[in-house]
Amino acid sequence: MRADVFRLIAGITLALWLVLPLVPLAIWSFAHGWRFPDILPRDWSLKAWAYAFSPTSGVVGSLGLTLFIAAATTVLAALVGVPAGRALGLHAFRGKAIVTLVLLAPAIVPGIAVALGLHGVFLRLGLTGTVSGVILAHLIPVIPYMTLIMASVFSSFDTTYEDQARSLGARPHQVFIHVTLPAILPGLMIGALFAFLVSWSQYLLTLSIGGGRVQTLPLTLFTFASSGRNDVTGAIAMIYILPGLLVLLLTARHLTGRNAALTPRVAP
Amino acid sequence: MTALDLAGLTKRYPVNTAPTVQALDLTVESGSLTALLGPSGSGKTTVMKLIAGLLTPDEGDIRLGGQSIRDLPPERRRVVMVFQSPLLFPHMTVAENVGFGLRMRGVAPSQTAARTAAMLEKVRLTGLGTRRPVELSGGQQQRAALARALVLEPDLLLLDEPLSNLDASLRDEMRDLILSLQRETGVTTLVVTHDQSEAVILADRIALLLDGRLAQHATPDEIYRRPASRAVAEFFGGVNFLPGQAAGGVFQSDLGPLPLPPGHIKGGSVLTIRPEAIVLGPGPDARDATVLACTFLGTQTRVELDLGGTRLQALTNPWAASELAPGDRVDVTLPQDALWLLSGS
Repeated sequence: MRADVFRLIAGITLALWLVLPLVPLAIWSFAHGWRFPDILPRDWSLKAWAYAFSPTSGVVGSLGLTLFIAAATTVLAALVGVPAGRALGLHAFRGKAIVTLVLLAPAIVPGIAVALGLHGVFLRLGLTGTVSGVILAHLIPVIPYMTLIMASVFSSFDTTYEDQARSLGARPHQVFIHVTLPAILPGLMIGALFAFLVSWSQYLLTLSIGGGRVQTLPLTLFTFASSGRNDVTGAIAMIYILPGLLVLLLTARHLTGRNAALTPRVAP
Repeated sequence: MTALDLAGLTKRYPVNTAPTVQALDLTVESGSLTALLGPSGSGKTTVMKLIAGLLTPDEGDIRLGGQSIRDLPPERRRVVMVFQSPLLFPHMTVAENVGFGLRMRGVAPSQTAARTAAMLEKVRLTGLGTRRPVELSGGQQQRAALARALVLEPDLLLLDEPLSNLDASLRDEMRDLILSLQRETGVTTLVVTHDQSEAVILADRIALLLDGRLAQHATPDEIYRRPASRAVAEFFGGVNFLPGQAAGGVFQSDLGPLPLPPGHIKGGSVLTIRPEAIVLGPGPDARDATVLACTFLGTQTRVELDLGGTRLQALTNPWAASELAPGDRVDVTLPQDALWLLSGS
């Protein structure tokens, strides 16, 4: 009983901690003027929302672009992270510690240093101001997360399931789709969730590599926030947090999923 | 007819200096149930993976029905390996597991369903097809794994230690099932095991692998009665080895001349006799012996004997040994037809 009460209090505290800062933003987005010392706005309006969804604000286009960049970053990170994580998780090889350190390096080095150094390189390659350049830049902080998550997933994966599938007549790609993928899916979902959200909330790399020409949602949000349009900022902020919540809800089922192929086999 | 033919099969692992499997020649007759028997580390699972195509041999050839399958990928070999643990895919139902191989080969869903249902009935899992593997008992999982392999009607079935993961009560049941399914389907089967009793009760023929080499390939009875070497005899529980010299049908040793059974024409310097063949009690050819120790083993009693300086072990039924105590004198007979001459040391 005491544990239940503790869990309830902890849950409420956590929810308030996360939700409270968003409340003023939500109120702002529906306010028609909100001045000191009023506790709540005197008049309500959908004007900010209408503006946010109007073609002139550019929010809808920016939303689509941000979604595309985050999705592309996630897929590319998975294409690199799954094989790399498999190698790190399943095989012991010379220099493995160094490889792990190099992989982690982008997550340790401050983002601004990476962004400035990268800008010079990308300028010469003609990648600045392009969507592909921004996606490549986003992969730098994302791939380490994806690879390390997949390495930990594969370290508890029993590859004799793959041998068994081969012997039963499955070709290599069938083994991956029907046996390996279902086993690693929960971990892959966590990795993809991280990848998506890291790319989604990327400001610095997008600004320096995109040079203002790749206008993702965080950049749009910052523009309105610094111009003092609190009502529009509130509306965009609401739109901005939505995908993260949706992705979390959609993948929550997989996050706790268990697969017996991942239980380390006890040696006979 | 020969189903499987291994010729000079050799596999080395980089970490080991000695090959794990060394120039192995082995033929398995079509429709037979052969056991590949050897102690842990003798390379038998490696042999199985080489046949299944999960490892590539360094030298030698693997032929199935006369055709080399050495360079074929595992999925095209018509060889199915069943591992020691059931390895049922946890995200599929039991029926989906059994139908897995058929689906991968593109067999029509209706046919897959029919063959899966028929196979589940054969392994007595009817009605459990919709369950998840975790909902099955260990024995049921093992049977589902067997069904998953047999439904593919392979030319060769490989079983890796099929009984060793099971409780004593389930072992007999699984053995009977394997034997009856093998007889019914006629599938050529190779069983890998480290347990000689498992090999003896399952197999028509035993291929004994010692140190990566084939030590003897014969029927269980023949290996038991006529081991090819001292190592083979020891692996099958042989403990009595007498040094001496054979000449003219008589073996000269510390026990005096021992007449050999007819047909013993080859020379040899070591004579062996199974401990359970030694007879305790009076008889026409009985010798004097002193009891050194008696140990009750559960169903038999081991009696250690001293025959004028030569030590022998006998296994006898506990009633026959119940009166014996260390220091007692006892009559011992070494039956002539139980003597077997080994060449070499």
